[in-house]
Amino acid sequence: MSRIQTVFSAFKANHKKALIPYITAGDPHPNHTVAILHTLVKSGADMIELGIPFSDPMADGPVIQRASERALLHKVGLSKVLQMVKEFRLTDTKTPIILMGYANPIEAMGAEKFIQAAKVVGVDGVLTVDYPPEECKEFIAGLQAAGMDSIFLLSPTSDAARVDLIVNQASGFLYYVSLKGVTGAANMDVAQVKARVAEIRSKTNLPIGVGFGVKDAATAKQVAEFADAIVVGSRMVVTIENSTEENLMHNISQLMQELRLAIDA
Amino acid sequence: MQDFKNQSQNNQSYQNKTQQKKAYDMPDARGHFGQFGGIFVAETLVEALEELRVMYEKYRHDPQFLAEYAYDLKHFVGRPSPIYHAERWSNKVGGAQIYLKREDLNHTGAHKVNNTIGQALLAKRMGKPRVIAETGAGQHGVATATIAARLGLECVVYMGSEDVKRQAPNVFRMKLLGATVVPVESGSKTLKDALNEAMRDWVTNISNTFYIIGTVAGPHPYPMMVRDFQAVIGVESKQQMQEMIGRQPDAVVACVGGGSNAMGIFYPYIDVPNVRLIGVEAAGHGMETGMHAAPLTANSPIGVLHGNRTYLMQDTDGNITETHSISAGLDYPGVGPEHAWLKDIKRAEYVAVTDDEAMTAFHSLCRTEGIIPALESSHALAYAEKMAKTMRKDEVILVNLSGRGDKDINTVAKLSNITL
Repeated sequence: MSRIQTVFSAFKANHKKALIPYITAGDPHPNHTVAILHTLVKSGADMIELGIPFSDPMADGPVIQRASERALLHKVGLSKVLQMVKEFRLTDTKTPIILMGYANPIEAMGAEKFIQAAKVVGVDGVLTVDYPPEECKEFIAGLQAAGMDSIFLLSPTSDAARVDLIVNQASGFLYYVSLKGVTGAANMDVAQVKARVAEIRSKTNLPIGVGFGVKDAATAKQVAEFADAIVVGSRMVVTIENSTEENLMHNISQLMQELRLAIDA
Repeated sequence: MQDFKNQSQNNQSYQNKTQQKKAYDMPDARGHFGQFGGIFVAETLVEALEELRVMYEKYRHDPQFLAEYAYDLKHFVGRPSPIYHAERWSNKVGGAQIYLKREDLNHTGAHKVNNTIGQALLAKRMGKPRVIAETGAGQHGVATATIAARLGLECVVYMGSEDVKRQAPNVFRMKLLGATVVPVESGSKTLKDALNEAMRDWVTNISNTFYIIGTVAGPHPYPMMVRDFQAVIGVESKQQMQEMIGRQPDAVVACVGGGSNAMGIFYPYIDVPNVRLIGVEAAGHGMETGMHAAPLTANSPIGVLHGNRTYLMQDTDGNITETHSISAGLDYPGVGPEHAWLKDIKRAEYVAVTDDEAMTAFHSLCRTEGIIPALESSHALAYAEKMAKTMRKDEVILVNLSGRGDKDINTVAKLSNITL
């Protein structure tokens, strides 16, 4: 059983919901990333989505674009991201790490080389935003053969046939995009998201995470009533963006604790 | 007469060959040209692309749709565009005869409008009241704003903030036509970032918005659809060359940024043997300087950007690198996937010419023929000039003169230290 699956099956037994913060690796500075990962775990993260910086993040809103730009100023590419995971794993062997990014950095490294390197440093899952299942069959097979999960997005516009296709290729969990738009966009319609999650659940036993529109503790609490995991991205990145070096870890902890309290309530 | 006879024998043998050989039939159902093309987008865009694919399949052969498209091309754009024998320039160059396909004479001044009309008519049939577009130099933005005004559609154009500064006249033109121009501040603030931003708008406003992509890039069905709408250039050329010289040219030359004007003139010639197809990329300050926009000529690595797999200018981490060209319309780090395919199967050749070479050809055509070409098209002219010198006087080069150069006079004046 993968680390991701282990977390979800334990939570299912305890009726707990997973909190998954997202940060972009190298933001605000590569020296902070590993410390931020540990802070996230200490303040309540059950898994972490670690973004691979990319020059052209087409599915991301302005907040996460700026995070990529800050990281790229320091030349944080995929191999540096993998080194960060390796360093994190020196003292944390339990918390699942999911890499989230775009296809081109992976193809530039070479998909096979990436899979081997990711496995060695202790990556647990990979979500490649612009790899629909039809275009990455070998990649998914490679990930799964190496014991890593392939995480896929499902969107409000995915029809029934598409949901079937994706649930059959995905492992670990499914990531439901709660709104039509980019990361960090407008407020979500919780009732609509709830209905969609129920539909998806009728087709799969995989846990379902919800993200793209979780802006505050109140929304997190509402979503936790029907989802298995809550992903908080832009809200976390804004917090990082608005912090100084002195209060960075404090601000991250505070946001995490608010979210944790809300979803455990 | 002797020549004509030889030619008809050639035609005869061509027909025999094509009966044995399978006709060019690309892309596949998911938009692949071999390993290139495809649909590499976030799940949030998949359904919108599927809707577009289905609707385009429905209308691409629909007689009523095609009649409406043909009507606009004739009465609104002024097609067919003529082919002109640049005789004085050919004599000056010394060598092959150079013919120009005059896309510069189209309404709005470039080939871009062929495609925007096709896509806007499709948008109307799909019941989308709002169209969006990305633009670099502003030609595609102007062509989109034009047809949006003509059809009564709301129009939003994304343009890198650097380009907004550089191309002020086109920004004003779009505004005159009723479009909203949104300056894009992310990334390198140029064409590729405008495309990213347009995609973000589309994914947010999918239900009422049609995204009119201006080049043969993007996810399927865009590369195929834009090619089909631009193919009118090559279809006309084949007929016109036959009428003018009784045969097809020895070479067809076109500039390549994303590659829509080149794909438009190449496509109907792919199955015609003995016609060389030559795409001319922007070598900028020179290939050796790295400051260029020529991924095919540079043998850039293959990668994924803007929804398709193609040759891409990128660093070792897979981040897209900045490009350079004097012509904003060629300033793109990738290239349409069908060009990548035509390069790999060796049906087309790709070369690059520098800013300076393009400028020389620009001035040469202005003074010898009384035609001010776009800086983009000047790259094709520069290569045609080089080639012509090595060819016989009875050989023929057809250049796609994809746009007129009025939009470029500020750039050219600045290079000559002249303030307008």
